[in-house]
Amino acid sequence: MSQTYVSPGPRSTVPSARSLTLRDAVYDTLLALHLISAAISFVTIVMFSAWAAGAPVTRGGFALSDAAWNLSGAGLLIFGVWLALYVDGYELWDGWILGALVLFAAVSVFGAQARTPVLAQLDAEAATERQVTMWHWLRTLALVGILVLMVWKPGA
Amino acid sequence: MSLLATIRPDDWDLALFLHVLAAFVMVGALVTAAAYLFAARRDGSLELTRAGFRSLLIAALPAFIAMRLSAQWLVSEEGLEDAELAWLDVGFITTDAGLLVLVGATVAAGLAVRRAEGVRGVALAAWLVTALIAVYAVVIWTMATKPA
Repeated sequence: MSQTYVSPGPRSTVPSARSLTLRDAVYDTLLALHLISAAISFVTIVMFSAWAAGAPVTRGGFALSDAAWNLSGAGLLIFGVWLALYVDGYELWDGWILGALVLFAAVSVFGAQARTPVLAQLDAEAATERQVTMWHWLRTLALVGILVLMVWKPGA
Repeated sequence: MSLLATIRPDDWDLALFLHVLAAFVMVGALVTAAAYLFAARRDGSLELTRAGFRSLLIAALPAFIAMRLSAQWLVSEEGLEDAELAWLDVGFITTDAGLLVLVGATVAAGLAVRRAEGVRGVALAAWLVTALIAVYAVVIWTMATKPA
């Protein structure tokens, strides 16, 4: 079944051509920054997947993974909420946006849990592979869940 | 421009999801490979070289194929096969040329592992992957903003 819908554009009343261009530019920039933040989050996901598969954990890799996770988390939240406020017809309390925010919180908790044993492994080689894998895969599932909500936008 | 970009039948959602997911995994795999290869170049570690090579072979290349196939699926669904759109051309040209660079980097890293030859092949692979990461950052921006 093909159901066509038109996602709302940036907030507007009766725009002039000039203001329309500016709004489009702001919308495009926010969307691009939001997407790039999401791409950066997968740096951490792939690195942890490699570690779970037995690849060597290095301090440089761990620092890069940490930096990517923090940067992407801030970018996803800031530009995502900004987009929700900026676009007509989207509200923060829409089901798919609320669902994404709840999953984002879960992703953050799982990410913190996944990080701890890897850091311990670096310090003392004490972590078990199973701990790393379980929290990491939970985080990955939740992150993919957010992507599903962003693409399908159920209820929008 | 933005309004057109957000008009989308539900039938396209699966192709778009696969395209975006594969592109994200590919970027993650490229950065992971670059991190391992630069570390291997510094330390001369065969284990790190092997990890970089495997990141390219097991993660980046399959993700590239999934990204490219789902892109073609999207273009077909949208009826854009004959469209002359700058953002679409940028996407196809950079990804198709990028495949050659990705294969080159994978071969260079693989040879470095096979021959345990030291840092030259590793450095080549690391810089090729870094160039790909820079190009794909621009491509993601282009896909998101879809300039005329």
